[in-house]
Amino acid sequence: MTPLQTCLLVSALLFAVGFAGAVTRRHAILVLIGIELMLNAANLNLIAFWRFGPNPEALTGFIFVLFSMALAGAEAAVGLALVIAIYRHKKTSNLDEVKELKG
Amino acid sequence: MSPFFIITAVVTLLGAVFAMSLRNLVHCALAMAVAFSGVAALYLQLDAQFVGFAEILVYVGAIAILIVFAILLTRSGETPVKSVLTSGWWAGIAVTAMVFTTLGWAILNSSATPKEIPAAPVATVKNLGDALMTKFVLPLEIVALVLTLAMIGAVLIALKEDKSENSGRKP
Repeated sequence: MTPLQTCLLVSALLFAVGFAGAVTRRHAILVLIGIELMLNAANLNLIAFWRFGPNPEALTGFIFVLFSMALAGAEAAVGLALVIAIYRHKKTSNLDEVKELKG
Repeated sequence: MSPFFIITAVVTLLGAVFAMSLRNLVHCALAMAVAFSGVAALYLQLDAQFVGFAEILVYVGAIAILIVFAILLTRSGETPVKSVLTSGWWAGIAVTAMVFTTLGWAILNSSATPKEIPAAPVATVKNLGDALMTKFVLPLEIVALVLTLAMIGAVLIALKEDKSENSGRKP
C-alpha cells in the first residue's frame, strides 16, 4: 500500500466515523461534531493529494484547505447559533423532538 | 509509512470514535479535541506545517471552546438517562458501512495513485503569502466576506427573541 493510499484510508475511516455519528446520534451538538469530523477528513484528503501529487509547488491543495477551514469556522458558528436558537424556542436540543417541518 | 504516522492515525480515529459514542456531551467535546490534535499531527507529518498549526488554532482552540459553550448554554452537560441514538439508527449504520465500503474499494483499486514518493515540497509562510496575495486574492476576499456575513448571521440568529409577538414586524 502506498503512503497516499494509507492517508486516504485513514481519512475514509474518519469520514465514516463522523458520518455514523451525524446520522445516528440524537443531540444536535453531536451532529455538528460529526460534520466537523467529516470536514477534517476531506481536508486530510486534500493535504495528502497535495503532498503526494505531481505538482506540489502550485500550493493549490494547501490553499484549498486554508479556505475550507475558514468556511468550517463559519459553519460551526452559524450551526451552534441555530442550536441555541432552537433550544431557546423549544427547550430541547433532541433532534427527534424537533419535527414541526417533518412531512 | 512510519510507525509514528500509524500511531497518530490510531489515536485520531480512537478520539473520533469516542467523540461519537460517549454518552456525556462534555466528554464527547474533549474526545473531539483529541481527534483534532491527531489530525494536526498528521498534517505535520505530511509536511504541511502551516495547516497543522492553523488546525490547532482553529479547531482545538476556537471550535472546541465554541462547542463547550453551546453545551453549557443548552444545559446538556449532564449524562442523559434515555437512549442517545435516533430511532432509525440501524439504517444510519448500514448507510455508513456502504459509504465506507465504496470509499475503501475505490482507494484500494484506483490506478491514479502514484507509486513513487515525491520529495517533500516546501510550503513556507512566504510562499503561502505570495500565493494568497497574487493568484488567490479573489477567493481570499470572498472568504473574508463570507466570514463577516456568517458572524453577523450567527449573532442575529442567537439574539434574544422578543417577548411580544409582532414587535419586530412593525412597518
